[in-house]
Amino acid sequence: MTDIITNILVCGTGGQGVMTAAEILAQAAITKGFDCKKSEVAGMAQRGGVVTSHVRFGKRVWSPVITPGTADILVAFEVAEGSRWADMLRPGGIAMVNTIRLVPPVVSMGLFKYPDDPVAQMRAAGVTVYDFDAGAIARDLGDLKLVNTIMLGAIADFLPFPASELEEQIVGRFRERKPAMVEVNKRAFDAGREAARQRAAGNSPMAANS
Amino acid sequence: MSAAVKAMPQSRLLLSGNDAIARGVWEAGVKVAAAYPGTPSTEILESLSQYPDLYAEWSVNEKVALEVAIGGSMSGARSFCAMKHVGLNVASDAFMTVTVAGVVGGLVIAVADDVGMSSSQNEQDSRFWGRFAHVPILEPADSQEAYEMAKYAFELSEAYNTPVLLRLTTRVCHVKAVVQVGERNPIQISGFKSDARRWVMTPANAKGRLPEQIAREGKLQELAEASPLNVLEPGSDRRIGFVTSGPAYMHVRESFPDAPVLKLGFSYPVPMALIEKLAAQVDHLVVVEETEPLMEHDIKAAGLLTIHGKDLLPRLGELTPNILIPAIKTFLGEPIPPATTYPKFEPFPRPPTMCAACPHMGVYYSLARMRKKVQISGDIGCYTLGAGHPWNALDTTISMGASMGIALGMDKARSEETKDKAVVAVIGDSTFLHMGMQGMLDIVYNRGNVTTLILDNRTTGMTGGQNHAGTGKGLKGDDAPRVDFVKLVEALGVAPERIRKIDPYMLPVVFKTIKQEIETPGPSVIITDRPCVLSEFYEKIKPYRVVDEDCTGCGNCINVGCPAITVRKSESKTRADGKVNELKFTTIDTAMCTGCHMCVESCGPKAIVPAQPVAVAE
Repeated sequence: MTDIITNILVCGTGGQGVMTAAEILAQAAITKGFDCKKSEVAGMAQRGGVVTSHVRFGKRVWSPVITPGTADILVAFEVAEGSRWADMLRPGGIAMVNTIRLVPPVVSMGLFKYPDDPVAQMRAAGVTVYDFDAGAIARDLGDLKLVNTIMLGAIADFLPFPASELEEQIVGRFRERKPAMVEVNKRAFDAGREAARQRAAGNSPMAANS
Repeated sequence: MSAAVKAMPQSRLLLSGNDAIARGVWEAGVKVAAAYPGTPSTEILESLSQYPDLYAEWSVNEKVALEVAIGGSMSGARSFCAMKHVGLNVASDAFMTVTVAGVVGGLVIAVADDVGMSSSQNEQDSRFWGRFAHVPILEPADSQEAYEMAKYAFELSEAYNTPVLLRLTTRVCHVKAVVQVGERNPIQISGFKSDARRWVMTPANAKGRLPEQIAREGKLQELAEASPLNVLEPGSDRRIGFVTSGPAYMHVRESFPDAPVLKLGFSYPVPMALIEKLAAQVDHLVVVEETEPLMEHDIKAAGLLTIHGKDLLPRLGELTPNILIPAIKTFLGEPIPPATTYPKFEPFPRPPTMCAACPHMGVYYSLARMRKKVQISGDIGCYTLGAGHPWNALDTTISMGASMGIALGMDKARSEETKDKAVVAVIGDSTFLHMGMQGMLDIVYNRGNVTTLILDNRTTGMTGGQNHAGTGKGLKGDDAPRVDFVKLVEALGVAPERIRKIDPYMLPVVFKTIKQEIETPGPSVIITDRPCVLSEFYEKIKPYRVVDEDCTGCGNCINVGCPAITVRKSESKTRADGKVNELKFTTIDTAMCTGCHMCVESCGPKAIVPAQPVAVAE
């Protein structure tokens, strides 16, 4: 095992499943024998606020937080949240972004403006962004809760272990508790992988941690 | 359920610090455990309560939790309590004297500081209490250490006849890391033995014990020097040697992998000989501690005056690598590498909101309508969010239960400008039972002119929905006696006709009731009676939708503050008199709406209707 640490920042808003996704990633890393730390700040942030979870794994992980400018992958469950945390990426890191726009009350009230196109903003700054509508894929598969599995599928080809290991970590959870959900989660995982591949193919060359 | 509860000895698990502590406490053979919820410590007791052969309770406040643990310890059982940093302020009266009396069964107090302030009203450093109460402090840096130190703390407590503080921070409590667990010790309870000189802390008896307390601190200092929890790690780059504790150690190792580090897990009393040993090896000694310069001051007081600490590093917040690296490189005169490649976009704030159908919204919607006539003294819980948009209907938050005492003080200190304003206190059910009752008694006793709103949502909401003496359920969800708030405030002396119980979803009733009570002199209480939407007691009703053609864009429903309501279309309209109206046409997310109908009450043109056809009554 090399000394390289993989840093993945998962972000979104309270209630979207950010922490669960990070937990699954961390469990997959431990199963592979990595040391791993997963860090988030719960509390008031749960109430519809900003949520981030830091996942770090490698031979030996010291600090539980990702230093700004060193994240390999940013997984954004919401598009403006993706732009909020884009500066956490290392040069050449990738932002995997669900394009859903969740408008908070302060924007509804007219106190703040939601940016017209956060993805364009990020790209203009040189960030490699793979964006797609995970919600639409989830709806086609018949369950909005699948967004979580789709987003994990999307980053599965950019991890230092085979995609199948991450898939098994997700599917294994359902096999025990809700066997009926196994097949649809497999399809969601594959759909996420495929969406990311298509976006990667359409983008400029990138240097991910593959 | 925590994965650790059923884990076999030697299992390797991904555990939060809180889950790891629970496992360590259980393995230590603890019999009595108590806590009041408080971020970031809450999950310790939730997790611990799932283990067999152990008594665990939600206490009404941290002081009672500590007293329960003291009673367990006096009876010869290993006993434990957990709290957040400000909880130890509440418990401090008992704490400052049990440290004089000592223990029989090991007594460990886990206190969780909110370094970085994710969910607290201050950032106080609980390590002060070790110095104040002459008790040892153990500071884990990650989950494995949290587990090991929690278990060891009971041995330390018994061997030195002292309560032990297990000092945690948010980055220990809520970080998940790999932990290898072990086996449970057998439980031993010797039973309570009467001994007035030991347990009756009258001046004569307490005075006799004080020399022992001071002698104990000296022995603990010797123990800290030799403790395996204090490790001097060698390093090749000897320009700086670091003294550090808790999660700051992890950030130091991440930032300066080649530097010598003295890692203090047993951080009080400070092991001075170890520090001198490190100082002799390096050019400069830097103390890296979150948040106050306590070790730094102890080391300077011992004569090492040239050390560095808060002259280089911030006194507030976490000391993460992005803070440490530039500070230390500046000190060494080295160039600072650029931190990030990409710019920081700050799209808009996303402050925490109340949930769709949260019963608190009805109260704040009404208070906002009479905002100019009232001073609103608030308290600590989800309802503190009433200070935010769109309500802006909360004027103060200081500490748990403070709303009523502060309201009374405001009532007694009126200016010409505020003499006609009503004074209102707003407090939740759990907070009222924690420390609020005394404030209410004071209002009654001293003839205060205050209307108190008790927002009873049958849970401790902000910490994630814990039971308390007013929910009718215990820590494990088992049935428990339930406080009757009406009878309680009546017993405190509020006149029966001034105690009103209302449904917070009925906006006109809420408005009218508050108006009546604030216009009538004397103490009064309004109790709202709807469960938290996240609690087991909440029953979802059918969702609503906005009929686009009927919506006039008045924006009233937005002022309810429900996150399920968003603006579909904005328009500026110039009226005949030249004034410009900003119109906001809204829509309701029916997936999020639970049918509380507060927005229906607020809608003049009746444009909000059931999303599905209403079933015809059978």
